[in-house]
Amino acid sequence: MAKFEYAPAPESRAVVSIRPSYGLFIGGEFVQSIDGSRFKTINPSSEEVLAEVTEAGEADVEAAVRAARKAFDGPWGRLPGAERGKYLFRIARILQERAREFTVLETLDNGKPIKESRDVDIPLAAAHFFYHAGWADKLEHAGLSDGSGQPPKPLGVVGQVIPWNFPLLMLSWKIAPALAAGNTVVLKPAETTPLTALLFAEVCQQADLPPGVVNILTGAGETGRHLIEHPGVDKVAFTGSTQVGKAIARSIAGTRKRATLELGGKAANIVFDDAAIDEAVEGIVNGIFFNQGHVCCAGSRLLVQENVADDVIMRLKRRLQTLRVGDPMDKNTDVGAINSAAQLARIRELTQIGESEGATRWSAPCALPERGFWFAPTVFTDVSQSHRIAQEEIFGPVLSVLTFRTPQEAVAKANNTPYGLSAGIWSEKGSRILWMADQLRAGVVWANTFNRFDPTSPFGGYKESGYGREGGRHGLAAYVTTGASR
Amino acid sequence: MSPSATGRNTAASADQRIVVRKTYKLYIGGVFPRSESGRTYEVRDSHDRFLANAAMGSRKDARDAVVAARGAFGKWAGATAYSRGQVLYRVAELMEGRRAQFATEVGAAEGLTPARADKVVSQAVDRWVWYAGWSDKLAQVLGGVNPVAGPYFNISAPEPTGVVAALAPQCSSLLGLVSVLAPIIVSGNTAVVLTSESRPLPAMTLSEVLATSDVPAGVINLISGHTAEVAPWLAAHQDVNAIDLAGAAEADDLSWALLERASAENLKRVLRPAGKDTDAVEPDWSATPDLNRIKAYLETKTVWHPKGR
Repeated sequence: MAKFEYAPAPESRAVVSIRPSYGLFIGGEFVQSIDGSRFKTINPSSEEVLAEVTEAGEADVEAAVRAARKAFDGPWGRLPGAERGKYLFRIARILQERAREFTVLETLDNGKPIKESRDVDIPLAAAHFFYHAGWADKLEHAGLSDGSGQPPKPLGVVGQVIPWNFPLLMLSWKIAPALAAGNTVVLKPAETTPLTALLFAEVCQQADLPPGVVNILTGAGETGRHLIEHPGVDKVAFTGSTQVGKAIARSIAGTRKRATLELGGKAANIVFDDAAIDEAVEGIVNGIFFNQGHVCCAGSRLLVQENVADDVIMRLKRRLQTLRVGDPMDKNTDVGAINSAAQLARIRELTQIGESEGATRWSAPCALPERGFWFAPTVFTDVSQSHRIAQEEIFGPVLSVLTFRTPQEAVAKANNTPYGLSAGIWSEKGSRILWMADQLRAGVVWANTFNRFDPTSPFGGYKESGYGREGGRHGLAAYVTTGASR
Repeated sequence: MSPSATGRNTAASADQRIVVRKTYKLYIGGVFPRSESGRTYEVRDSHDRFLANAAMGSRKDARDAVVAARGAFGKWAGATAYSRGQVLYRVAELMEGRRAQFATEVGAAEGLTPARADKVVSQAVDRWVWYAGWSDKLAQVLGGVNPVAGPYFNISAPEPTGVVAALAPQCSSLLGLVSVLAPIIVSGNTAVVLTSESRPLPAMTLSEVLATSDVPAGVINLISGHTAEVAPWLAAHQDVNAIDLAGAAEADDLSWALLERASAENLKRVLRPAGKDTDAVEPDWSATPDLNRIKAYLETKTVWHPKGR
């Protein structure tokens, strides 16, 4: 099947104005760093420098936590829920109004295809604020109370650290429930994708959000560590690698800090022989090649029933040849740039290990741009469960294919991982889908679909994929206290 | 206290029957082994009088218990909520039949008057009944349909997290134990419990209730011994999904911070002891419970499916 020839359809970047350099957003204003340094953020599709940003130091963290505490003890803490909610509604509306600006900036800084920023990241971010806004004055109805009749209370100052794969969306998952419940926030965006968080700071200013309610500290791992270990932080919320998640769990051990950790995954996407195969192939592609596979819940292990494996793999490869890899700003692009040189090196290392361990590699034939960080969609067959590409999170556009004969075998293989974030099931048989969904040890199970997200739908993992949920009533629970536990 | 119940006589005279004493052992996988270590330790009452030689559980006993608990997990978690509720209720029924024995042991361990001990036993039985009733209500109270913005059926429901280790309260030897144990198993988790170190006898008697009730072997495992010796092995165990540190309060030579730190290695769900900052205090177990202990060992699973014609 030949690829259609499309004329280039690049989105205009005129809609965004990126400043040459950015300070930190503390107490409602952009301020100069006290003890930080500076670093550059680049466009991963071209390696062009976009702006210089601040790597916040320990004193900056101190200032931000103090600003958040002052707001919590002051105007924000005293504000009735109904008024608090109006600020969140305002933010949701401003995000919708400035959606195109956020879309372009996200794609420039992250490298993801503009159609994904436009259709997924930014609308969902606005939806998260809109959804949580409505909770602010209804907390006592959320079913979170302890039976004493006392309404749930906010925890205080929340330290939040988010990843680079969905920068603004992860920000919204963190900030919206925290604010709805009445907390104040210090958030650190990822080192490689700080720009939409800094633009969000402007949204807070436009919304007249009281100073200190949201503070944005750019930086890298050290900034995050200072924030999480700060004694003035009451709760930690982190999305990122399991390795860092474990370090956070260790660092807060023996304190009264609460934590939600949304960590790695190695999801099985399970295709039965009675599945609608062409739909399943679309689901496989969406599962692992959406967002360049930079998705913690990506369907990175394809488990396909043996008797249809050859057919599924043939159709999958045929479909992958039609994917358009290249300029993320082009509206027809399906797969954009890998987010950073470091991530590209990680993907290359693991795929080389995959080959050396004996799996068979196939990469979609596509011309990759010369500048920037690129990796062609890749499928490994002849993968066994002990291969590192079947066990470790690659976080890139790389699919490992394994086969099974019986549903029991599919369950055993799917659950054979320390992770437990998500899973996929493809079958036309309802009873089998429901049985499988019961057996899979994963927090999100997509049946005959994959990679769907919604503010009302709890998201989070079992086992080493972390703890706590984001979204829905369950996500809200992570930001309130409901009395002493007995 | 009554000699017939405790097996302790001050002296034997010609017309007095010598009571048959009980050997207290561990409860692992539905049977009563002695500790594989061959060790025992003296258990004394609140007046420092000898009560029994209890088995002193070891690292190996704890590991065996985790194996038993893991083996029992699938079937227990997969049982219907109605069935689990009846099994828990049955435990309460059998405890009721052993009131006198429990009251004597709790009284001796905790230094309570007979009337007070009797009340504590009542509370413990009632606590089982309270938790038993939750089994088939949790999914509705804690889960439900999520109104997603698209043509999908989307539902969230709680599931048990797996094998849960628990440090039973050191002071409240029966009511505290029940208050920690029942919320673990009601949702389908299986449990490995380190009993109160100095007051293990009510727990070991509870194991006899469990063995003759309908609780499947391996669902509840009880280990007596030195809490500070065995707890670190459970906190570091890679096949334990969650840990309850309630019994870190009043335990000798034990840092709950270190246990929580070790638990991070496989991201166990940790229920910290009550108290402020680094303190650990044993709460008043007679207070009305809430859902927090149950929720501590639950995962939320969300399932999506498209709607269409």
